[in-house]
Amino acid sequence: MIRQFSQILLISLEKHIFINNLKYSTSALPRFSSEKYSIKRKNFGSLHDADLNYFRSLLSADRVITEESDVLPFNIDWIKNCRGQSKVVLKPKTTEEVSQILSYCNSKKLAVCPQGGNTGLVGGSVPVFDEIILHLGLMNKIISLDEISGALVCEAGCILENLDNHVREHNLIMPLDLGAKGSCHIGGNISTNAGGLRLLRYGNLHGSVLGIEAVKADGTIIDCLRTLKKDNTGYHLKHLFIGSEGTLGVVTKVAVHCPALPKAVTLGFFGVNCFENVLELYKSAKSSLGEILSAFEMADNGAISSTVENLKLSNPLGDFPFYVLIESSGSDEGHDNEKLNRFLTKEMETGHIIDGTVTSEPAKMRNIWNIRESIAGAGLVDGYVFKYDVSIPLQNYYDIVLLLRKRLGNKATRVYGYGHVGDGNIHINVTTPEYTKEVYEMLEPYIFEEVAKVRGSISAEHGVGFRKPQFIHYSKDETALHLMHGLKHFMDPNGILNPYKVLPD
Amino acid sequence: MSRVLVGVKRVIDYAVKIRVKPDKSGVVTDGVKHSMNPFDEIAVEEAVRMKEKKLAKEVIAVSCGPAQAQETLRTALAMGADRAIHVEVAGAEYETLQPIHVAKILAKISQDEKADLVIVGKQAIDDDSNQTAQMTAALLDWPQGTFASKVEKSDAGLTVTREIDGGLEVIKTKVPAVLSADLRLNEPRYATLPNIMKAKKKPMKKVSAKDLGVDLAPRIKVISVEDPPVRQAGSVVPDVDTLVAKLKEGGHV
Ligand SMILES: Cc1cc2nc3c(=O)[nH]c(=O)nc-3n(C[C@H](O)[C@H](O)[C@H](O)COP(=O)(O)OP(=O)(O)OC[C@H]3O[C@@H](n4cnc5c(N)ncnc54)[C@H](O)[C@@H]3O)c2cc1C
Ligand SMILES: Cc1cc2nc3c(=O)[nH]c(=O)nc-3n(C[C@H](O)[C@H](O)[C@H](O)COP(=O)(O)OP(=O)(O)OC[C@H]3O[C@@H](n4cnc5c(N)ncnc54)[C@H](O)[C@@H]3O)c2cc1C
Repeated sequence: MIRQFSQILLISLEKHIFINNLKYSTSALPRFSSEKYSIKRKNFGSLHDADLNYFRSLLSADRVITEESDVLPFNIDWIKNCRGQSKVVLKPKTTEEVSQILSYCNSKKLAVCPQGGNTGLVGGSVPVFDEIILHLGLMNKIISLDEISGALVCEAGCILENLDNHVREHNLIMPLDLGAKGSCHIGGNISTNAGGLRLLRYGNLHGSVLGIEAVKADGTIIDCLRTLKKDNTGYHLKHLFIGSEGTLGVVTKVAVHCPALPKAVTLGFFGVNCFENVLELYKSAKSSLGEILSAFEMADNGAISSTVENLKLSNPLGDFPFYVLIESSGSDEGHDNEKLNRFLTKEMETGHIIDGTVTSEPAKMRNIWNIRESIAGAGLVDGYVFKYDVSIPLQNYYDIVLLLRKRLGNKATRVYGYGHVGDGNIHINVTTPEYTKEVYEMLEPYIFEEVAKVRGSISAEHGVGFRKPQFIHYSKDETALHLMHGLKHFMDPNGILNPYKVLPD
Repeated sequence: MSRVLVGVKRVIDYAVKIRVKPDKSGVVTDGVKHSMNPFDEIAVEEAVRMKEKKLAKEVIAVSCGPAQAQETLRTALAMGADRAIHVEVAGAEYETLQPIHVAKILAKISQDEKADLVIVGKQAIDDDSNQTAQMTAALLDWPQGTFASKVEKSDAGLTVTREIDGGLEVIKTKVPAVLSADLRLNEPRYATLPNIMKAKKKPMKKVSAKDLGVDLAPRIKVISVEDPPVRQAGSVVPDVDTLVAKLKEGGHV
């Protein structure tokens, strides 16, 4: 009966995932990326039967996927925007296999697209033309966990949520958490330098990743897989693979530092009247909660309405212009509650908080987090979502949503903003019944120009991928781009790793 | 109808993974997050809605358990109950506390408080007994509407829709009566901040089972608590034919 009860709740929790799984049957396939964005194929080799035979001899036949319908899901990205035309998916199980595959592809100039959980939001994880898809899902072994230092060593294809569940058994947690945790791989997280919900507390992956093993385009295995917090011997090579989105090498193993599992966690969800008050609340939370503040997220009315209307999740509060989610994590419930109570009493009095709910019960906290995490998927139900992920100085943080609403008028179903206020990162979603060039052209490059005006970043955490190389100059100047090109050429002279991605031509 | 009594039990939160104690005497509860039994939340919600609809004047929450049961009662108060009664049962006595004891306690308090309606969850998600509502009704000799998924006021009393095997049953009952809440009765609210603050000032009375004249001697002995059998790992079959063959082999088709 316990099971029956939680199952019913789980069904509602997992609706959004379910919707995602249905995407191929309920809607038309996206157009080929190469046609949609008028891309020209670069001069790579093409796949022949002899190549497939080589791969079959290297891997077992069931790890060389060629059946068109089986390859299809690997060709389409999570938001159904990009679609490649690959004919084959390879599923290596070991670093040596990855090395042999790349060495072969490099010698034949066959292009390769590394793919993790395929939850990336900028089209980096799917091919553009016929690149070979190198799927890391079978490299999913946990190698070791040092309970004293917190160093976890595992293969790149481990799913983030599985890792989190594993380390929790040892009173540790993963330093990152995001809505895609049930599908994304740690290797994908590292390759995109994913931020997510715990960044405010534990910093980004450049700090948490202790070591990396990666394979270069020519098949050379680079072993930087140390579990040390401190290692100042020469260049910090592991950072080359953090956030380079599969263009400099394929990450095969990782060592991550896991912080201690907090003993006391409390989550609050609040209704706020205006964006100025969201900022006031943030300032106050930082000074009143100090070291126990572990998340500060905001969502506007449109973002929460989309989960309520599209996913039938229930909103614990009434209707408010803005919602704020504040999490505290500490080691002593009594101490934390005292701080929280003082903070909340004060903020109710100042009126920064109009209404809210606070809970330490795991099931309720999970339901509230689920509302926040489901926003990313809720817009898909409207038809199509244009997604932007930008960093903006806090004083300008929300302006862009208002500008876009005015600019798009009734051409959009919804325009809403939500995100990691604590990190200066806002996600802007524009939903429409279907993709149209008209809306696309009203959005881009307009949105990037606006971000550049305030010296923001046109991609805060999702990366550049396939969708943004032509806009990268809004955030990186020419000399920086020149250095990036030089590095790429040095690491991958034939350019076989994830072509058409990250670097502008 | 003026007074509704709701029973609320503190149980291990349903998002927490349950662990059986190595000596198989029960499950590990130390340091484990607890919350209100989800079906009891539904019971509280229903009572509070009755009050909001002016069908009831006062909602009293009752919990039997150790000191921490007061946290569960505070949650009920924050959801809208007016006052709380904590029947303190701790230590070994709490470990063997059974539905018959709770029913006797609820029956006695219902009489003392002159309640017109008792609402409890249809079962607690820890011991799954599904007995408290029925026993309470029997002890009071009141009618019962168990597994309620809808409760409406009617002239003589209440019209209760019950979830039964294969469908719904609609019954009419006079009050006083005892109801047990099923999952679909309502969706409980989250306690809001102002109400959480107010709840801190609402009255909470502490009594013992002895004060109520209820004997807590156990009637059942727990012999052993075991983990459910581990689900066997699945296997991947190469094609549909093998799948069909396997299903036939296992007698599934
Ligand atoms: C008393 C004492 C305590 C110390 N404690 C610690 C400690 O706790 N932890 C620790 O990590 N280290 C410690 N150190 C060593 C530490 O590396 C240095 O103190 C400090 O980080 C170096 O800074 P600096 O400006 O003195 O650099 P310098 O000593 O001038 O240079 C160090 C290196 O950096 C290069 N360099 C300096 N400036 C630049 C620049 N602008 N651009 C490019 N290259 C540059 C130099 O060429 C040289 O290779 C300690 C040293 C002392 C004397
Ligand atoms: C619901 C949802 C919520 C999200 N929330 C957040 C969030 O809060 N914060 C955030 O930062 N991002 C978020 N994302 C996007 C995020 O970047 C991805 O979810 C995740 O980090 C990518 O992991 P993946 O395994 O799915 O990688 P994929 O999508 O498969 O790949 C992403 C990129 O990394 C490359 N890559 C993957 N694996 C490897 C490897 N082993 N070696 C080399 N290159 C590799 C791919 O080629 C591609 O360029 C979200 C996505 C979704 C769908």
